[in-house]
Amino acid sequence: MATHTLDFERPLLEIERQIEELKKMGGAGGDGASRSSDLAPLEKQLAELRAEIYRKLTPMQRVQVARHPKRPYPLDYIRLVFTDFVELHGDRLFGDDPAIVGGWARLDGQTVMIIGTQKGRDTKENLRRNFGMAHPEGYRKALRLMQLAEKFHSPVLTLIDIAGAHPGLGAEERGQAGAIARNLIEMAALRTPLIATVTGEGGSGGALAIGMADRVLMLENSVYSVISPEGCAAILWKDATQKERAAEALKLTAQDQLTLGVIDEIIPEPTGGAHADAEAAAEILAEALKRHLRELMKLRTAKLLKRREEKYLSIGAFTEK
Amino acid sequence: MARMAWFKKERKPRTSERVKLEIPADAWEKCDECGHIDIKERFVRALNVCPNCGHHRRISAQEYIDFLVDEGSWHELDAGLKSVDPLKFESYPERLKLAVKKAGPLEAIRTGYARLHGMPVDLGVMDFNFMGGSMGSVVGEKIARLARRSIDKRIPLIIVSASGGARMQEGVLSLMQMAKTSGVLAEQAFWGIPFVSILTNPTTGGVSASYAMQGDVILAEPGAVIGFAGPRVIKQTIGQDLPAGFQTAEFLLEHGMVDAVVPRSELRDTTAQLLRHMAGRRPAEAAD
Repeated sequence: MATHTLDFERPLLEIERQIEELKKMGGAGGDGASRSSDLAPLEKQLAELRAEIYRKLTPMQRVQVARHPKRPYPLDYIRLVFTDFVELHGDRLFGDDPAIVGGWARLDGQTVMIIGTQKGRDTKENLRRNFGMAHPEGYRKALRLMQLAEKFHSPVLTLIDIAGAHPGLGAEERGQAGAIARNLIEMAALRTPLIATVTGEGGSGGALAIGMADRVLMLENSVYSVISPEGCAAILWKDATQKERAAEALKLTAQDQLTLGVIDEIIPEPTGGAHADAEAAAEILAEALKRHLRELMKLRTAKLLKRREEKYLSIGAFTEK
Repeated sequence: MARMAWFKKERKPRTSERVKLEIPADAWEKCDECGHIDIKERFVRALNVCPNCGHHRRISAQEYIDFLVDEGSWHELDAGLKSVDPLKFESYPERLKLAVKKAGPLEAIRTGYARLHGMPVDLGVMDFNFMGGSMGSVVGEKIARLARRSIDKRIPLIIVSASGGARMQEGVLSLMQMAKTSGVLAEQAFWGIPFVSILTNPTTGGVSASYAMQGDVILAEPGAVIGFAGPRVIKQTIGQDLPAGFQTAEFLLEHGMVDAVVPRSELRDTTAQLLRHMAGRRPAEAAD
């Protein structure tokens, strides 16, 4: 199982290969007992090395994990965390954007509206889903579903893994900026609890367009940024290869956002990242979502809205003379 | 090459030799768009709109304030708000110093209250000269406070935008200013207080994707580039040149994204007219 494909994971690959080999030899009728005694230290070494590598990820390595092709995507979490999912389509204005998925689902005995951005697993699906980069109709679909949830007094949960809102001709013609702006002002006033979770890439305005919420959570290895490290490097230093430097400067890790007061909680991932064990990652996510949901469901709507406004009013850093 | 040809052409008549001697060199200005040369005074009187082709030049926040509101009615608010360097971002403090030198100490937006045709208004004007009008924490805070004032005093809000988007050097904090301003503007909308958004060249990124596009009425200056992604990014994505006029104010009007394209010389009166319409008197009250 080549779950480790990132450059900094290469040392793991070697140990994994050795383990595989030993297992094969064991299966071929060798001395079973001595084989498994060889295996145990190797597996221990693998686990320790994996933990060691993931403890010391650089910001750009975090970006790589967040973009890992095997990382669970929102539809995976929808399958693993929720039951009774019924997908709903279309913005009723222009079309259906496959880069954003959403629908009714159940969590902890409660009907919720779940909305997520969705990348493709292969080229064909990526073409259909536009690599998970949403168009205005995607954001308008998301808003329609949020308002549907509001109508039936259901909380809204969003899962975010998007490089950014799609920059293109059609997106501009159909009002990408206006669609995001509209979502923000409507989410600010939405009369039902909102919980947003960044599961992979939190790509700027395209992420925030479904990311303004009463509680904002981030998976441990997800990132949130105003611009991609590549884009930042290209603008500041006219050199996209300076992305490590940019990733460092942008303070885009989950820990950074917690420190800056932008998010409420970091959701731990299994050692080796969510892609190493999707089920375990989903289990931890489910627990966190249920806990926040229970807390928010206790609040009266007026209080919920007041707190939401105050939460965002308090974000920012400046001096006053 | 083109410029050489142009000089030759102008020089041929050689009639203005005497005039040239009398008028100092800086009395003349040239339009960047059509190349038209005119006396500076004529540009100034036309609010820096080319008398020949109507091209709207970029002007400072102060210049907008000067012609938009009643003379002598402007009161600056929150002039003491200053950016800090929350991320310890490489060379941000130096860039801030440069911006202050270039555009003054009042950051990428100036806010205040004034009168327009005698009506009290709260006005915010962004300044592109200050780090490309980028929205950081100070811009977000100034807008949030201005909108709060507008709610508390029941005074209409006008924001003139000019911005390349969120300020990279403040990372996600600047991104969150989109949510912060949207939060107050949602409350403002709830109370039925008018908000006129005026878009100037350029209005893109996080500013267009938040308050700039949240106006009850959205006006745009002719030719202003307005959009989410910048033209360069889109060009890169699609790998071909953009169609002529793409993302201009006129393009947005055609696609139903703004209410009207209004020449600079008419902005003041049009905004006043709109505010009178949106004064919010119910029919029964109006009949009194």
